[in-house]
Amino acid sequence: MQLARVIGNVVSTIKDPGLVGLTLLVVQPLSPAREAVGRPLVAVDAVGAGAGEEVFFVRGRAASFPFLPAVVPTDAAVTGICDHWTTDDVPAGPPRRSPRRRAPRR
Amino acid sequence: MRLARVIGSVVATRKHRTLVGAKLLLTQPVDRDGQPVGGVQLAVDSVGAGVGELVLLVLEGRAAGAALGRRAAPVDAAIVGIVDPTG
Repeated sequence: MQLARVIGNVVSTIKDPGLVGLTLLVVQPLSPAREAVGRPLVAVDAVGAGAGEEVFFVRGRAASFPFLPAVVPTDAAVTGICDHWTTDDVPAGPPRRSPRRRAPRR
Repeated sequence: MRLARVIGSVVATRKHRTLVGAKLLLTQPVDRDGQPVGGVQLAVDSVGAGVGELVLLVLEGRAAGAALGRRAAPVDAAIVGIVDPTG
């Protein structure tokens, strides 16, 4: 998996039926020092992450597993929201207070 | 598999249910002389590795899920061994 920050979302009404009802998040992969690593990508949300939150996402076939038995055509899924992380050689910044989260989906 | 150094850990109370209870460690893949090679990977740990240790990292969903031992866990990286310190 990889650390990332949610930097936006994608609204797509005409899409594969397997993606209907799912939130598509734009995430920017991060290094533990919170530097941007590589290009942003679109990942399906599997945990209710909101814009600005620090998360981690999984890539590849395993990205469709959170939605089984439904078959979701995705290669990236946000599977966790980070409270904080520590690294021994990189001064981890103070844990950032997450922004107000959206109401959980019913 | 790759050699990697455990450089830290992640705490995430809200995560996919199959990850509950799994340790999440930040690992930096390294070459044989310990130089960083490629980006940091967040891996599930099933062998009790600690920060600073040199470990064996598997970077593929099916194998990582098998290491975690939970069916259909959405993981793509797992620590499957701790390399014995040489010398």
